[in-house]
Amino acid sequence: MDSVAHTQKNKDVIDVLLVDDEKGYLDVLSNRLSRRFIHSTKAFSGTQALQILRKKDFDVIVLDLKMEDMGGIEVLKIIKKMAPELPVIILTGHGSQTAAKEGIELGAFDYLSKPCELTDLIKKIKQACGKTSDMLDTPE
Amino acid sequence: MMTTSPTEREIFYQALTIRIRILIMIVSFFPMLLTTGILFYKFNQLYTEKMQTHTLELVQKHSLEIDTFLLEKLGNIRYVARQFDNNQPPSAFLKYHLENLRNEYGDVFTDLGLVNQNGIQFAYEGPFKLENADYSLAHWFINATQRPYYISDVFTGLRGYPHFIISIRIASADVNYILRATVNFGAFNSLVENIHIGKTGIAFIINTKGQLQTKKEISLNRAFVSFITDPRNYDDNETVFTRQQDDITGKKYLCVASMLKHINWLMVFRQDINDAFSELWKTQILTLICFIAGCIAILSVAFILPKSIVRRLSAADEKNEAMNQQVVESGRLATIGELAAGIAHEINNPVAIMIEEAGWMEDLLEEEESEGTKNMDEFKRSLKQINTQGKRCKEITHKLLSFARKNDSTTNDVQINDTIMEIVSLTAQMAKYNNVLIKTILNKNIPYIRISPSEMQQVILNLINNAIDAMEKTGGTITIETKISQIEANHLVITIEDDGPGIPKNNLDRIFDPFFTTKPVGKGTGLGLSICYGIIQKMGGKIDVNSQVGVGTRFRIWIPFQEETKKSI
Repeated sequence: MDSVAHTQKNKDVIDVLLVDDEKGYLDVLSNRLSRRFIHSTKAFSGTQALQILRKKDFDVIVLDLKMEDMGGIEVLKIIKKMAPELPVIILTGHGSQTAAKEGIELGAFDYLSKPCELTDLIKKIKQACGKTSDMLDTPE
Repeated sequence: MMTTSPTEREIFYQALTIRIRILIMIVSFFPMLLTTGILFYKFNQLYTEKMQTHTLELVQKHSLEIDTFLLEKLGNIRYVARQFDNNQPPSAFLKYHLENLRNEYGDVFTDLGLVNQNGIQFAYEGPFKLENADYSLAHWFINATQRPYYISDVFTGLRGYPHFIISIRIASADVNYILRATVNFGAFNSLVENIHIGKTGIAFIINTKGQLQTKKEISLNRAFVSFITDPRNYDDNETVFTRQQDDITGKKYLCVASMLKHINWLMVFRQDINDAFSELWKTQILTLICFIAGCIAILSVAFILPKSIVRRLSAADEKNEAMNQQVVESGRLATIGELAAGIAHEINNPVAIMIEEAGWMEDLLEEEESEGTKNMDEFKRSLKQINTQGKRCKEITHKLLSFARKNDSTTNDVQINDTIMEIVSLTAQMAKYNNVLIKTILNKNIPYIRISPSEMQQVILNLINNAIDAMEKTGGTITIETKISQIEANHLVITIEDDGPGIPKNNLDRIFDPFFTTKPVGKGTGLGLSICYGIIQKMGGKIDVNSQVGVGTRFRIWIPFQEETKKSI
């Protein structure tokens, strides 16, 4: 995680890994984020996300909970083993607070419900990579 | 019981009541009748036997006494007869012996006399002037001449007083006299007269012709006399036990007769049956009263107990059924919840894409703005509208999801005001349709309570829905208020009040009963309020209802909270 902190200090662009099986959503989200100086990589399944993560470091991961091949919670557990300090924001369309709370307990930074305001998402991303030590103070 | 109709259920319970009733009666009556019957019969038998034995003993004892008396007196006179000396003047002889007898036995003997074979009393010692009296035709004299000794029946004779005679024949070579002694009737009579048993038991003596030998004025019918004087009726004890009915008074008597040994007399004991058996009859009446009381007790139990059992059973069945229905209802709600959650999730994703795409278009339009397009403003408005409507969809799906995920009975710290607001927003559309306004007066200081949010939601939703249903024709206002109870310590109170048509008083008492509904068939199960009642009870709270026809209805729910939970926010 030292490398992430280092990266954060040295470049303005934030590197985000977006994980969701809704291709249409990822495409438009990625486009919109890039216009706001957030570089994103898209993974359309949990498996793909883990593959990408092995090759490249990211500042933040935005993770959907309900995916076809592998559930978001399962992916989160593996990510937390691979890079325990890497902040993960859960973005779920299920609206289930129970699952989201489980995610937080497993080490997720925070969660948002789909559809969400882009500004909220960006705010969370910035908080996650800039103020990871104060994460508990962060409101929803 | 689950699938039967109320009428069938009623018939079942009635049949069950009757079955239990019959069973109780058989099980209770049979042993009681048997025991009472056996005891009654045995007691009667034993009492009668005991009483007869007692009476027999008494009669035998007194018969023996009288026999002894007569034998003794006969012995006395026989002794006097042996002392007779023809050389001695007869008057001096009689005087000497009468004096001796009187000295010895008091005035048992009234007089003594010597009668020659012609029946002439040639010598006499006594208070009457009977010297030379002629007894040749007297019944006693005829009998006395034929046997060594003779005891006569009681008769009045020449002197005009009742008496009887003991006579001894003195027969030797030169004399053939009869020594006769008169026994004082009073002395003899007192032997019998003093016998008493119970209140009415008396004794008397009769001869074989049925003539009374004692003073008592007693009427005896012929059949009775011929029965007791018939030797064939006597058993080994020389007694006979019989009953007699008085011809004049009609009274029934218990009679015991005993033959005297030395004379043809009978000692008879007679007691009024009512008196003789009075103790037995008292006992019988007491037994009968006890038996009747037992019957009444059994009948009361047989009528009351089955009803009470069946009522409890029916209540338990109803409760069970209500619980089953509640399970079904909960299951149904859970299924709806799962379905809603699925749909919401499916909608959320496309809506999210829609919103993001609109956002993306806005992003792109920002670049175009400098060039200026004719319809730029309209594009922006339209995109904004897409965004707004997308958010609206999000709100709807979130409400659905919120409803679905709370549909379980796991407890949580709940701010009741939030729950109320959620339900108000869910029911707002329906209320609006029915021209009903929902007002909330929510106290912000009420504490969190540890309950199942889903169940609480169900209760409030049910009450609001009922209020809206009641006012669907007229419209009106529902006021929901939360506050800390002033009546119950550490309770918060939720009041849901409407100004609808109100509930009639006779329905008000049954409003929380399972299956009680005033809604048309198929519209209401009659379980809603009963389930609400159950839920509030489970939470340790209580629910009540006040209603006035034409004014409105008010439900109040009290839920307990703990002081600590106030802070555990």
